[in-house]
Amino acid sequence: MTEHVVIVGGGTGGTVLANDLADRLEPELDAGDVEVTLINDDPDHVYKPVWLYVPFGQREPDDGRRALDELVDDAIDLRIDRVSGIDTESQRLRFGGSGQSMEYDRLVLATGSTLEPDQIPGLAAGGHDYYSESGATALRDELLSFTEGEIVLSVIGTPHMCPAAPLEFVFMADDWFRERGLREDVEVTYTYPIQRVHGNPHIAEWARPIMDERDINVETFFNAESVDPDAETITSMEGTELDYDLLVSIPPHGGVDLIEDAGLGDDGWVDVDKHTLEAEAAESVYALGDTADTGVPNAGSVAHYQAGVVGRRLASEIRGRPATATYDGKTLCFIETGMDAASFVEFDYETPPSPAPPSEKLHWSKLAYNESYWLTARGLL
Amino acid sequence: MTDIEPDATVDARGAACPGPLMDLIGNVRSAESGDVIRLLSDTDQSLTDVPEWAEEAGNELLGVEELDDHNAFYVEKA
Repeated sequence: MTEHVVIVGGGTGGTVLANDLADRLEPELDAGDVEVTLINDDPDHVYKPVWLYVPFGQREPDDGRRALDELVDDAIDLRIDRVSGIDTESQRLRFGGSGQSMEYDRLVLATGSTLEPDQIPGLAAGGHDYYSESGATALRDELLSFTEGEIVLSVIGTPHMCPAAPLEFVFMADDWFRERGLREDVEVTYTYPIQRVHGNPHIAEWARPIMDERDINVETFFNAESVDPDAETITSMEGTELDYDLLVSIPPHGGVDLIEDAGLGDDGWVDVDKHTLEAEAAESVYALGDTADTGVPNAGSVAHYQAGVVGRRLASEIRGRPATATYDGKTLCFIETGMDAASFVEFDYETPPSPAPPSEKLHWSKLAYNESYWLTARGLL
Repeated sequence: MTDIEPDATVDARGAACPGPLMDLIGNVRSAESGDVIRLLSDTDQSLTDVPEWAEEAGNELLGVEELDDHNAFYVEKA
């Protein structure tokens, strides 16, 4: 009997896993003992880190898109469709448009994050973002012609994708305006929900002096409650009101509804064992990347490493061996500190991050990795 | 402390810092004025994070209950 592995979501985690399994389970796939299906609702794979550079006119959204059927090994069945329901009892998925369903023996959820700006009144109309293709291009249209006034970068939703990106944006904006002789005419303000500038205390401790040195205004304990697009103000739950000429937000994030509907976790995040990545509420279900509620950053590197762990565990289970691979919380991030310098952090559940001194070499390493990312998606790097 | 009747409970045990505080903020955001939220956290950082935020936001920390392996924070939304 053929064992059917189904992966829902063709982002970094799902795509790396599909290619990992194509390689790892090649004998079983060739023999027809195993079938692997990757389901995504978009024929393209999207590499989101490109969006950080779009507002500064350095990259195009298309630089972050490639057709999934060019990235995914031919041994994988690729289905472009949207899953509308999961029944973990009967081990069956439903599809919204066609009304069809699909059985699975082992399921991996890699559905990722979605933006929910409507949680904050006025945000969709008054704010910009670089966490979506349309947001990044609309922000580019504003930023490229911005020569004076107040830019407010407000981190509203946490957890959010790429926890370093808000810091990167203000560091890059500061440098970008400075290089063009406009910095004295532009105020840059950064807001964060808790009492420091980043969720991770070690990164916050590293970033705060750089922000002070570069005259980036900081508002902590700022949880946006509403935005008034006409008055161009953003007001926090804590009672602080800030004027802006250009509001850049990290909007509230959520997972997809079908996770909660299936009873797998709240807000679209699957409750998992943070080492094995197995769902706590159902058998034969894994989650990875943003979808897995592990407490580590929602970052591509996390999804990449977790995909390797899930790939090894699935291969062990399919071969009737004990699954011993575990995820240790490994996270790796480059952090741009300007237009031509970057830092780097690597950490896990036990070892806290220690940001490297910013350098041009690390900046080019980040850009070089962004180019070679397509090898990661193919399961080669 | 057990005589405080919360309107909602946020169980953030197992979440790494700043998860518990962010979970509390998210629940206070959607609560009504006067509602009491109980936060369960096993992170020591919450002992400083939660009082600091409650004061900053003008909400009242009614009390902290020390339990075996975690703390329960009772916060009333202003």
